[in-house]
Amino acid sequence: MALPPPDPQFVLRGTSAAIHTLHFSCGGQEPDVPVLFSGSENGFIHVWNLKTHRVNTALDGHGRKSVYCVETMGGNNRLLSQGRDQRICLWDLAEGRTSVTDSVFTEHVGFCRCSLAKVAQGRWLMATAAKGLDEVQVLELPSKTSVCTLKPEVGAKLGMPMCLKLWQLSCGSQPLLLAGYEDGSVVLWNVTMGKALSQLVCHQEPVMSLDFDSEKAKGISGSSEKVLRIWSLNEQQNLQVYRTHQLVNAGISDITIRPDKKILATAGWDHRIRIFGWKKLKPLAVLDYHTATVHCVSFSDHRSPRERLLAAGSKDHRISVWAIYTQT
Amino acid sequence: LSFIPGGLDCSISFVSYVLGKVCVHGRQKEILGVLVPRLTELTKSDCIWQRICWRLVECVPERWMEAVVLGFVQRAPGADVLSRLLGNLVVKNKKAQFVVTQKVLLLQYGHTTAVLQNLLGYLSLDSLRRALLLRVLQELLETWGSSSAVKHSPPEQQLYISKAILICLSHLKEPEIESCRQELLTSMMEGVKCHLDSSLPQLWRLGMVVAESISSKINTEGPVLKFEYEEDDETRELKSLLVQTPPLCVVPSLPDDDRSEKAGAALPSVPESNKKSQIAALVMPAEESDAELDSDDDLVPYDMSEDKELKIKAPVYIRDCIEVLTGSEDVDKWEATVKALESLIRRNPAATREVSVELAKILLHLEEKTCIEGFVELRQRAQVAVLTTDPIPVSKYLTSQFYSLNYSLRQRMDILDVLVLAAQELSCPKFHGKPKNSDAQKPRIQLLPGRDSSKDWRRIVDERIKSKARRFASGQCHVEPASSPNQFSSVAGHFFFPLIQHFDRPLTTFDLLGEDHLVLGRLVHTLAVLMYLAVNTVAVTAMGKALLEFVWTLRFHTDSYVRQGLLSCISSLLLSVPAELLLADVTEELLETQSWLGDVVEKDPDGDCRRLALQNLLLMENLKKKLEAVPS
Repeated sequence: MALPPPDPQFVLRGTSAAIHTLHFSCGGQEPDVPVLFSGSENGFIHVWNLKTHRVNTALDGHGRKSVYCVETMGGNNRLLSQGRDQRICLWDLAEGRTSVTDSVFTEHVGFCRCSLAKVAQGRWLMATAAKGLDEVQVLELPSKTSVCTLKPEVGAKLGMPMCLKLWQLSCGSQPLLLAGYEDGSVVLWNVTMGKALSQLVCHQEPVMSLDFDSEKAKGISGSSEKVLRIWSLNEQQNLQVYRTHQLVNAGISDITIRPDKKILATAGWDHRIRIFGWKKLKPLAVLDYHTATVHCVSFSDHRSPRERLLAAGSKDHRISVWAIYTQT
Repeated sequence: LSFIPGGLDCSISFVSYVLGKVCVHGRQKEILGVLVPRLTELTKSDCIWQRICWRLVECVPERWMEAVVLGFVQRAPGADVLSRLLGNLVVKNKKAQFVVTQKVLLLQYGHTTAVLQNLLGYLSLDSLRRALLLRVLQELLETWGSSSAVKHSPPEQQLYISKAILICLSHLKEPEIESCRQELLTSMMEGVKCHLDSSLPQLWRLGMVVAESISSKINTEGPVLKFEYEEDDETRELKSLLVQTPPLCVVPSLPDDDRSEKAGAALPSVPESNKKSQIAALVMPAEESDAELDSDDDLVPYDMSEDKELKIKAPVYIRDCIEVLTGSEDVDKWEATVKALESLIRRNPAATREVSVELAKILLHLEEKTCIEGFVELRQRAQVAVLTTDPIPVSKYLTSQFYSLNYSLRQRMDILDVLVLAAQELSCPKFHGKPKNSDAQKPRIQLLPGRDSSKDWRRIVDERIKSKARRFASGQCHVEPASSPNQFSSVAGHFFFPLIQHFDRPLTTFDLLGEDHLVLGRLVHTLAVLMYLAVNTVAVTAMGKALLEFVWTLRFHTDSYVRQGLLSCISSLLLSVPAELLLADVTEELLETQSWLGDVVEKDPDGDCRRLALQNLLLMENLKKKLEAVPS
């Protein structure tokens, strides 16, 4: 007899706007408080204290334009945020400061979230959609020097990049980028050489979100259709379709794989969060709390597995936080 | 009749005479049935026999040439055989040339496709004859593209000519196409215009298929003309003619060859589509069998039985529906409202009556906001529901809008469809409160104009005629439908008279008697249906008189679809208006109509019109007899 799905552990209210992005920062030692960063449609970034469930600070740096991506760069004192004002802002939050230290003007008018990957101590690579319609730019941070611009070949008609995932297998190896495009294909790029290695048509509709497990060389993508596609990367760096999963309702806004690679969560247009086992995409739970489309899901980076949390931000202005499958 | 090979220089003309005489007396089948296979065998490899055969045919006297040539063309199992048998007869003999290039193609249209294949293939096989082929194509295109021919010749002839054109095209080679490319293009443009102008869907399809084929031949690379139409057997057959299967040389010639050749050309379309679907099935990513141990077992799934498809709730009140349809930005709600509207209207008649005209107005202008399946049908059903719930004000609104400015043709025809469907519903008795789903109602929800509806009504009229002609009861006993008052009776006039009133007043955007003869045709058919449904109503005689006058004014209309409609009107009239009243009030007009019907039966080029006119004459006869039988 299966148990009914759990309720959220707690719900964060108070943004008074739809939430588009979430990011946990809980790996710090005491006395660092575990925090959750959220970006909203009204341009504010809220820093939530996960012990008191209240907002610590509200950051206003994007001219009241929607913030659709937040990431931390090593600890919770350096924040990166991306907004619809075509800017990426770098924040210094140490010791209670709330200032923007630097910004990058990407001239990107879409919704593609940038992707960060740490390549060395104090150095990151950031992939973001750029000015050109189908281009992806890779910058080195914090120097903001351009590493390369990835342009699909003329006539490829991929459309705008919709979602990115940048990673480096190990220090010293070449960074790779996975990009999902408007036409439904996912392309694997070699950043150093600036070349496309493989392309796979995953969906008939734009790829809304993707995530990749670099250890197992397997990735998953979702779009506005009723399918989730799992694809794999073989030794020749070629993408192949591995499995397809049919959904009950169409539309996926976000997918994220838990850092321990055991489960993954999807945020659906049908207001529901779904949990799957990552190994074989076994459906595990359907969390039905929100009353509007769920825009983002994020797993926390707690060091202790039992404290791990899952957060989901929705158009109904609420963030639901869940503790699910924390025993493993 | 066996030929003796010896005596090669004996005169064959005697045999030719015999052959000609026999053929002209109509015995082509018998004699050629024996002769052609023998000659086919003999001429296969033997040149001398070929020459004998040629001499044989050439010597047939002029006056019998046509019968002989026609017989050969019909009997020959293939174009190459025909070529062997007749040689260059068409080039040498004027009469034969006339028969082959003019008579069979342009003046007759009863021959089968196989005959056309034979004939045109024969013309294409020899360089001397190819010039004739080009000339034939030009003349065929001229006929195909002439607007008067399209308007006045029967559809069967047009189909025949289209087939001939396609077969000619399939035989043409590149350099020949090059040389006459410009003419082909011009004729194609003109022809397409005439075909699309007509009101019969069959002619549209013919025009479209031929134009597409011509375009694909003259533009081998680059964009090709492509129309959207429903494929049916006719269009598939036509398209298969474009591809020529190579003449069977080595296979022994059997009389069945030409049939299998044509079947071979038509069949590739079927196995191809089967293959494609198989390939599609293989391409579907196969679920890989996981040999991995299921170490996910430690993750126990939760209960997911509540996880169902998300349903957006539709509003429950009619006024809410109006709000959603007119203003709401929420497309999910809009979709749900459109889907639920008809049942809401039917369940809340009182509420609907309060806002009926407003609802009708919204529905008439409602356009698809999102892609819903069956949107047009949903909208139409909702409109019918509103109309049946509150007939008088809504019919007043709709009929006035029919003649107003700035509506599209589609909208005007929608109004007519809705009026007819509602009239049907109102006049049929209801079973347990649900509208009776008779056969008559089903094909009414149609998106193609009324060729289907006219057939449909003809069937009903036929049945009615049959039911009146036979007086014995049909042995089965069927359940009598529960009788209820005919709700159409009180509103029939409101549906009918406003429609018939203003048909001759042109507006700037809408001219029934001019360009918009398609809508006129639909209007006429609608009036026929309304007349038919008005049987036993109070207004029926007045309607009948008005309709008779209407038909009289339009009886010489050039569009055959309109004429069919007018004849259906007469049928409905004769069936619905009580005979005594008809004969009392409109005797003279009836007699005039009768003579007009007689004319139509003899002279109208359209087969359907002739048939309908004949039925009407029969109906009139029946009426007279019935009246005479009743002691006055």
